[in-house]
Amino acid sequence: MAAVSNQPTFDLREPGGWRRNKNLIATGLMYLAFVVILIPLCFVLYEVIAKGAKAISWQFLSNGTIPPNVMPLGQGGMGAAVVGTLEITAFAALMAIPLGILGAVYIYEYGGRNWFAKVISFMADVMVGVPSIVMGLFIFTVWVIPQGLNGLSGFAGSLALACLMLPLIIRSTFEMLRLVPNHLREASYALGATKSRVVLTVVLPAAVSGIVSGSLLAVARAAGETAPLLFTIGAVESLNSNLFSGATTSLPSQIFSNALSPYVGAEERAWGAALTLIAIAFILLFTARIVTARFTRYTR
Amino acid sequence: MEQPEQKIQLTVPKSTEAAAKQDDDRFTGSPVFDANSVSIYYGTFRAVTDVSLTIFENEITAFIGPSGCGKTTVLRTLNRMNDLVVGARVEGDIQYRGQSLYERGVSPTAVRRRIGMVFQKPNPFPKSIYDNIAYGPRINGIRGKKTLDEIVERSLRQAALWDEVKDRLNKSALGMSGGQQQRLCIARTLSVEPDVILMDEPCSALDPIATGKIEDLMHEIKSRYTIVIVTHNMQQATRVSDRTAFYSVLRDDKSDTRTGVLVEYGRTQQIFEDPHDTRTQAYVTGRVG
Amino acid sequence: MSTAIKADPAKPAGSARSLSTRRPLGDRGFQLLALLAGILVLAILIGIAVSTAQQGSSWFSTAGFSGIFSTVWNPGSNQFGAMAFVYGTVLSSLIAIIIAVPVSLGVALLLTEVVPRRLAAPIVTIIDLLAVVPSVVWGLWGILVLEPWLQPIYASIASGVNGIPVLDNLFGESNGSVSGASFFTAGIILAIMITPIITSLSREVIATVPAIDKEGAYALGATRWEMIRGAVWPHSKSGVVSAILVGLGRAMGETIAAALVIGSSVQVTSHLFVPGYSIPAVIANQFGESSGEFRSALIGLGLVLFVITIIVNLVARAVVARSDRRSRGA
Repeated sequence: MAAVSNQPTFDLREPGGWRRNKNLIATGLMYLAFVVILIPLCFVLYEVIAKGAKAISWQFLSNGTIPPNVMPLGQGGMGAAVVGTLEITAFAALMAIPLGILGAVYIYEYGGRNWFAKVISFMADVMVGVPSIVMGLFIFTVWVIPQGLNGLSGFAGSLALACLMLPLIIRSTFEMLRLVPNHLREASYALGATKSRVVLTVVLPAAVSGIVSGSLLAVARAAGETAPLLFTIGAVESLNSNLFSGATTSLPSQIFSNALSPYVGAEERAWGAALTLIAIAFILLFTARIVTARFTRYTR
Repeated sequence: MEQPEQKIQLTVPKSTEAAAKQDDDRFTGSPVFDANSVSIYYGTFRAVTDVSLTIFENEITAFIGPSGCGKTTVLRTLNRMNDLVVGARVEGDIQYRGQSLYERGVSPTAVRRRIGMVFQKPNPFPKSIYDNIAYGPRINGIRGKKTLDEIVERSLRQAALWDEVKDRLNKSALGMSGGQQQRLCIARTLSVEPDVILMDEPCSALDPIATGKIEDLMHEIKSRYTIVIVTHNMQQATRVSDRTAFYSVLRDDKSDTRTGVLVEYGRTQQIFEDPHDTRTQAYVTGRVG
Repeated sequence: MSTAIKADPAKPAGSARSLSTRRPLGDRGFQLLALLAGILVLAILIGIAVSTAQQGSSWFSTAGFSGIFSTVWNPGSNQFGAMAFVYGTVLSSLIAIIIAVPVSLGVALLLTEVVPRRLAAPIVTIIDLLAVVPSVVWGLWGILVLEPWLQPIYASIASGVNGIPVLDNLFGESNGSVSGASFFTAGIILAIMITPIITSLSREVIATVPAIDKEGAYALGATRWEMIRGAVWPHSKSGVVSAILVGLGRAMGETIAAALVIGSSVQVTSHLFVPGYSIPAVIANQFGESSGEFRSALIGLGLVLFVITIIVNLVARAVVARSDRRSRGA
């Protein structure tokens, strides 16, 4: 005869009703958020590629004469702007990257409890938030004005971009230095290395992949900036490959001026320049990714 | 020389040379380190109090004791590694071969070139095996490839690692096993030909076989170096060391702080077979710690 | 043990040579170099403040307090009131924040709590792609594609809310029309641009929530959403607020995209679908033809923007610091 068991029955199914629905809705909204960010990205890439491809040709990329806005596509090209962007950004990187790395080294390696290093670190973070147009105004005021009309040059633009890149590189390098395990530094000290040796021969090599990828991202950001260049490089109609004398132009500047002009040719040129600029930015982004991946494999 | 009256009973004489001589007639080398009433502070916190002992040449000296008793702290003052800790301060005097280590004008870099250190967890640089060993000589100005090759081979042989890695000197050091990495770190320390080698629990992260290899290594190089080793493992202390220093913890109930203190120091055999202090006896017989 | 390789007998290891060597010149030099690089940061910031203040001083002194706070901007008659631009900057940035925050937080939570590891990487890639598109390209797309597309949408919304009290003031027509180039469009473009930074900062913050807290919530039988509300949110509240403020600062300083789509019309109005102006936009558009006091006013506006963004950044840090202190004391 079976004993009647009075055990309570448990309901092990999912909590029903309102709780479950709330969870589902929340998860659904999160996925929706992702779709929302996907939409503009796809749209802009589609437009840029579709409209820009029409304009891209070898002549477009290399011809050194910038046509007036009224001209239709096919006359002149963006060569001057491509050269301008490459030169100005490269020189800015040349200035900002070593200084940024040194600045981060000062804050992290020589900082300790030093109050001054804390101030500098704080200032670097503040500097990240300074609007790019203010950087442009700064260089305009201290560099361009004193030289009169001769102040406008690619170099002035490089100065402005370097000011923009400096805090970014300091920040990303600082994070990388923090990730280098302390016992590597100790091993180097224990062998009788001076502090500068420890930093140069052990710490920086260990952090190099992160530093490189952080720098590449800063370069990508600088290459796409327009505002710092507005008042510093002027405008030209033909190629000026001399960075240090004479006004020049850049891809973002060209996009900006062509976007404001109502002519069809100008529009098409703007799309073509935009496609070129996006291509440069994406190449830098993917290079940064590859660098991070490869070096992580080596140090593991 | 008698210790002045203290709150706790210490049986360690001020100069342990006298104690050493009175033990047996085995030959004792010249003193390498002479510590006199050394106290170590982190900020206002006194981590170690009133340590006095002498380390002798070509001997292996072991520091043993429970966790938190300051043995690693004392070890790190011997090569001024505590300088790297913000707020660390040393009171008292440490003499290295007759010269004061903490005098003004003494360069920590020069100190560390003579007094090397092997750490608890192997810490090879993320470079090749060759570059790891060549690092020390290179920062000391040695550039010639032939000389560096010789130094690398000699150091790896001394560490009993040469045969295992001679065909892959250019591979990353991180690809080796834990025991090999630690022997690499020892070889790296040997490459600058130090006078003293400090070891901070070098085998605690290794398996017994790797541990055995390193202990054999220590015996082999003892004749050319002076070694001080911090260890948690009492059997290891009995296996390798000539002298042992036992540290313990003084607990201050009012401020709830623990301060390390040297309890007893003497020949290893004496410490383990005939400890003079009751705390030493409790620790080595396994009742505490 | 090879006997052919011996230690160098000329340098006996145990010699008691002097331990004192002066710090080598190279070591000191390197430290100095690093210090100079650090000082450079300070120098640039101070330089910005000083130079813009100096250049803008003629505007400050001429316009005086009342002049600066006026909404009248008329270069022809030397009237340079800043309020219209401050209004536009704040308004478009607020719209951007309202749009961007839910989206950014949603994606951040998606990445940290919902999707499995494998799916996280492509999503992060998409965010990175979004972040690396240059601002001028967003502006170009905005002015040539988005605006024409939005204009009829604005028009139908406006006719829909015609007559309804509050909504009409916000979304209705002003002076008989709505425009594709408007505060709202600028807000949309800015939102797209600041989403990546808010997302990545929020992700970092949410990732620091201790796993035990999350597990504790699950162990009580909570659903994932309940766990997020109960365990994740209290921990990351301040960090997320700080991330939002950083995004706000970015939106306020963004120049080119705003300049292209905001409509370049000096007016202060509650209607969102009409053209407006912001500080960066007016500087970008009118600097070229400016001179004298006009130029001084523009540079002075730059200083105003500089100060506003610094204040926003400082508040962001203060929020984090205050909650850190509170949680440590707790």
